[in-house]
Amino acid sequence: MRLIVLTPEKEIYKGEVKSIQVPGTNGGFEILNNHAPIVAALGSGRIRIVDILGANKSFTIKKGFVEVLKNEVSLLVQGVEE
Amino acid sequence: MSGKLKEVRERIKSVQSTQQITKAMKMVSASKLRRAQQAITEMRPYANRLDKMMKNIVSNLDGDFNSPYIAVREPKKVAIIVITSNRGLCGAFNTNIIKVAAALAEETYANQLAEGNVTFVFVGKKGYDVLKKRFPNSRMITSYVDLFADLSYDNISSVSQMVMDNFQAGELDKVEVCYGQFRNAAVQEPLAVQFLPVKSENSLDPSVNTAAKTSKADYIFEPDKEQLLSELIPSILHTSFQKFVLDNHASEHGARMTAMDNATTNAEELMKELKINYNKARQEAITKELSEIVGGAAALNG
Repeated sequence: MRLIVLTPEKEIYKGEVKSIQVPGTNGGFEILNNHAPIVAALGSGRIRIVDILGANKSFTIKKGFVEVLKNEVSLLVQGVEE
Repeated sequence: MSGKLKEVRERIKSVQSTQQITKAMKMVSASKLRRAQQAITEMRPYANRLDKMMKNIVSNLDGDFNSPYIAVREPKKVAIIVITSNRGLCGAFNTNIIKVAAALAEETYANQLAEGNVTFVFVGKKGYDVLKKRFPNSRMITSYVDLFADLSYDNISSVSQMVMDNFQAGELDKVEVCYGQFRNAAVQEPLAVQFLPVKSENSLDPSVNTAAKTSKADYIFEPDKEQLLSELIPSILHTSFQKFVLDNHASEHGARMTAMDNATTNAEELMKELKINYNKARQEAITKELSEIVGGAAALNG
């Protein structure tokens, strides 16, 4: 599954990933391969990415949106901090 | 040597040093322009995805949607955001934007202006310097003048957040933005754009988007569509305002680069002329000296 993480300033991540945990406004959830199409608003919290090699990456956001369609995940986030 | 010769030589020197300065400023502007353009390209993917998401939701929506930012009211209280540069030496760039802003206030909003209901919000010092004298009776918000010192998203959106809050609270009925749109390094167009309420030809218009129902996959929306929209619309507004500021930033450097390039070329021409003058004066002096010597010798022999 391909992931792209965009902030209003620039693209901060692009690549193949295994899983993504996101802080939805109605509670956090995890996106795995072949997730159903979804558009969700995100609240403040931590995003955890496990890439295809198993490496972890995480950062906090203030708010944002996530869209999943056909194994393409777009994360649009604001207020990113490592 | 005659005094004229010395005078011309000094002028050449001064033109030369001016040319060096304008050349250096041109180089600096060129590199700043590159960075400013890069900032615009880097924000584009975000803006595009946001737009796509928006269209996607709207096309999945049954019927109309409501947002506090599309409410059209009679424009009693108007805000004009004037985005100019902080520094001069960029040709007519700032003057053109100020002209647009002043025309907007004096023609379109003449009544509101007379009643003192036009608020000016300044981003960049140059606009404030001129317009505070021209409209001494209007309210001027100057807390964002130094916005260009920090062009982060958070900082820029503090301006759009302020006008959006005021609009939602009914303190403002209309918000216009005047800025220099970036075409290319040589061409910048001063524009006045309506920021709030959101205009219907914008991407927020459902009637335009229902035609593009291509992306009608079976999406899960979380929270529901209406709430998602109410989160998305402010983000889109912030992003479009950010585009105005970044555009203006690039325009400023483009305008300065062109202005400095012209100045350098002019200095070059001036130098050419001065050099001819200098040579003429030098020749004249030599001829005069020679004829004096010849005359003197002839007098001695005679």
